[in-house]
Amino acid sequence: MRKIRSTLITAATWVLVAIFFFPIAWMVFTSLKTEGDAASIPPKFIAALSFDQYAIVFNRGMGSYLLNSLTASVGSTLLVLLLAIPAAYALSIRPIKRVQDVLFFFISTRFLPAAASILPVFFILKTIGALDNITALGLLYAAMNLPIAVWMMRSFFNEVPLEIVEAAQIDGANLRTELVRVVLPILLPGIAAVALICFIFSWNEYFLATLLTTFQARTTPPFLASFVDGRGQFLAVLSAASTLAVLPVIIAGWVAQKQLVRGLAMGAVK
Amino acid sequence: MTTTIEVPTATQVHRATQAGIAHKKKARASRALVLPALVFSVILTQVPFLVTIYFSLLNWNQLRPSEIKFAWFKNYAVVFTGPDFLPSLFATVVITGSSVILSLLLGLFFAVLLDRKFVGRGLARTLMITPFLVMPAAAALIWKWSLLDVNVGMVNWALHLVGLSAIAWNTDLPVVTIIMMLTWQYTPFMMLILLAGLQSQSREVLEAASVDGAGPWRTFQWMTLPHLRQYIEIATLLGSIMLLQAFDPIAIMTKGTGGTKTLSYLLYERAFIGLDVGQAAAFGVVTVAVTIGVATIALRTLFKVFINGGER
Amino acid sequence: MLVKKRLLILGAGLVVTTLALSGCAGAGAKSQSVTLTLATVNNPQMKDMEQLKGTFEKENPGIKVNFVQMEEGDLRAAVTADVASGAGQYDVVTVGAYEVPQWGAQGWLKDLTSTLKNDKSYDVGDILPPVRDALSVDGKQYAVPFYGESSILMYNKEMFANAGLTISDHPTWQEVAADAKILNTADHAGICLRGKPGWGDLFAPLTTVVQTFGGAWYDSKWKAQVNSPAFVEGVNFYVDLLKTAGEKDPVSNSFTECLNQLSAGKVAMWYDASVAASILEDPKTSKVAGKMGYVHAPVYKTKESGWLWSWNLAVPKTSKNADAAEKFVKWATSKDYQQLVGKTLGWTRVPPGARTSTYSIPEYKEAAKAFAPITLDVMNSVNPKQPGLKPQPWVGIQYVTIPEFQDVGNQVAQLVADAIAGRTTVKEALDKGQVIAQAAGDKQK
Repeated sequence: MRKIRSTLITAATWVLVAIFFFPIAWMVFTSLKTEGDAASIPPKFIAALSFDQYAIVFNRGMGSYLLNSLTASVGSTLLVLLLAIPAAYALSIRPIKRVQDVLFFFISTRFLPAAASILPVFFILKTIGALDNITALGLLYAAMNLPIAVWMMRSFFNEVPLEIVEAAQIDGANLRTELVRVVLPILLPGIAAVALICFIFSWNEYFLATLLTTFQARTTPPFLASFVDGRGQFLAVLSAASTLAVLPVIIAGWVAQKQLVRGLAMGAVK
Repeated sequence: MTTTIEVPTATQVHRATQAGIAHKKKARASRALVLPALVFSVILTQVPFLVTIYFSLLNWNQLRPSEIKFAWFKNYAVVFTGPDFLPSLFATVVITGSSVILSLLLGLFFAVLLDRKFVGRGLARTLMITPFLVMPAAAALIWKWSLLDVNVGMVNWALHLVGLSAIAWNTDLPVVTIIMMLTWQYTPFMMLILLAGLQSQSREVLEAASVDGAGPWRTFQWMTLPHLRQYIEIATLLGSIMLLQAFDPIAIMTKGTGGTKTLSYLLYERAFIGLDVGQAAAFGVVTVAVTIGVATIALRTLFKVFINGGER
Repeated sequence: MLVKKRLLILGAGLVVTTLALSGCAGAGAKSQSVTLTLATVNNPQMKDMEQLKGTFEKENPGIKVNFVQMEEGDLRAAVTADVASGAGQYDVVTVGAYEVPQWGAQGWLKDLTSTLKNDKSYDVGDILPPVRDALSVDGKQYAVPFYGESSILMYNKEMFANAGLTISDHPTWQEVAADAKILNTADHAGICLRGKPGWGDLFAPLTTVVQTFGGAWYDSKWKAQVNSPAFVEGVNFYVDLLKTAGEKDPVSNSFTECLNQLSAGKVAMWYDASVAASILEDPKTSKVAGKMGYVHAPVYKTKESGWLWSWNLAVPKTSKNADAAEKFVKWATSKDYQQLVGKTLGWTRVPPGARTSTYSIPEYKEAAKAFAPITLDVMNSVNPKQPGLKPQPWVGIQYVTIPEFQDVGNQVAQLVADAIAGRTTVKEALDKGQVIAQAAGDKQK
């Protein structure tokens, strides 16, 4: 009885997971079809498959957009970690006045809708001559992700037993070794989780990239949107471009999945 | 800052004495550690916000550059007396609120299912988190064209298989359409955090409970849920912040009709369709004020974890 | 303190590295030659242009052209912000017929009149007169059309024959509605009409319907007419037609969506842009190639009712490479370019509706015989100065040439979409729309 029930639950789980994953599977499948088959009514489950759409995508220069995305995402993620780790450490372990206020400030910077701040940002960047600049875009992404990173990192630090830190201090270790030798190793899964989340948000950012870059610094999401054809069939080629655009994040997510869950489990709350 | 009177625990007392000795020196070091992040945040988010406040006081349409002038609070008058703000606030509450609650419930459900040991659990988890990784703009397009399209869409095709007639999603159920798509995208995120919570539960305690004769539902209700509380709070907070900004599905599918004109879409419309820089800025400032107000209340009452976590 | 120092060094290092990297990328592109940045909309004709840009680069050594393609809404947002602020990031911009006269009057676009006139081989007089009129302010031409279109009624001849129906060359909306109801079956819808809320989506065809019903957005004194009886009657007719014989889920649908349904043989009639015909006649993507008929836009109280639209190339005043940019604009809209498209990509893909001479190219006439004559005929017979029954204080058919219109059009379209879904009545929606339109009208006085 118990075994049958368990099997049934497993089967149900798989069905539900399949439903959730279906849109993505269908996207990949569509990317391998011809435009005609992709738009066919009723939908085609059997179709001639090819990588033609991928060739089209690369011929239009997807490579340089992917490279820009990578630069902006990796650069901003590194910068975020660099700023967030010491800040979170101080907020968690060291005595500091108005901890709540500082934390709340970090969180509240996320509340301004992008559409409201984008024109001021546009005019500021125009004034300092930093439009279409990958560094500027990366810095903005870092600012966008810093609040969540500080906040998550602080939770991870809270998980470090105070005794370990104190033991290190009694041993005469100074602040630097305390941070690097004792605390960081315990934190690595948490850092991985934060890095991954920052990377995902930067990689997927669309709005700022569309308005603040033109060609040199253009990233993948606005390029992707250019496959939506105002005048014709585009489902297959759009699916191919989407699949390529999503692939790096999905692979990163899949590889780091254990870190992600472990990181969140350890540090999501005290 | 609120002052709460708490009975200090042994560690806190110990810590307070310790801290007392080198307090000043340490505080200085701490400030030095927080400062770079703080300065960076202030420069990159608060300077644009100050410029936004300044813009909100201007009469400025992008296509009438000769008529830019200082207008005091005229734009704010438009926000508060015009017909746009309240319905949009309402739409935001409905769409964000429903999506958060639904994805939280579904996320909890999936977390429990995927916490079990079964064949291919790793693969199932991997597939399950993917919707969160997909670029929102791409996800919205795939939903519009491959899933919800009344002729080619797989959802309507599936409805047809079970004998139901096709649904004109964007025409008849625009709000449901947006909530459905956002829930699909955010369920994995909620699941991930809650799964983390489930895994941090001590197995021994659960096994002890089951030996004591508590059924699985009772164990879940009395032990797991209280344990998950903090995780649920975090998932809700992070989820709300991100869902408040949701824009792509509305821009791609419903274009703000039928109660889907959320604040983030309204702001876009004012800035880039209305081309009214001043009005867009005023809407933005008010939106921030309202969100911070709601968030403050929420953080200080509902989300105790945030407060308590602050002082350890 | 040490930590801080280290952080600073690391941070500085990171910034310097990224700056250096981006610097390298910039330097590589700039060396000697001119690089043009072109912003354009993601339509097939523009993609063809990108594919053929190599020919221009070969003919003009030292000039490189980078294409930035965007979805229509993003293009408007990005280019407007750039041009209005004088940021000067783009050397060539793709601008709709709605914006050209407004931007030209603002002095944001380079006046191309003399450059075009002085170049005999360009033959500026060959550009279709109504299109050229729409791009000129006080005799100065600020842009050149890359392609143009009007709106026509497209119908599936097979379905008409099966139902025993015929259609005249100049049908009325009442005839079309009656036919649509007969042709509306479980297998295919009677007619496809745009319902996606947007001034350029729903309100492009709907404004022409309103006009032929005797309505208009504004009277000659900028008084809004949105809840006037004629406007309400026109919108009511459109909404009723959608409800009784239209496609399913109209709010999702604009040009592309209807095109897909037509190509799959799921709809009997379609009132939309004439440029659709060339795609419907392509057997590679369309199941109805060779089965379609094309007639003038349906009318009621006016003689013609087609709209007029063009996507145009213009050079912003802020461009740092204006000479090279003008060269490219002329090349992409020249007679030679049309030959190039025809010979390398196929004659049906020649950008339509911009030059009169296009319609006398023998190969094009042969390849596009199903829709070329009617396109030219309609485009020359519509009147953008007075499309409706009464005079109007702006030039333009399916739009009002004021900055506020896209906002007004969008908001009223959202309200009408509610009426299409049955959440409100047309009258209620238009009463609210009247207030929005009047506020914009007040600013014109």
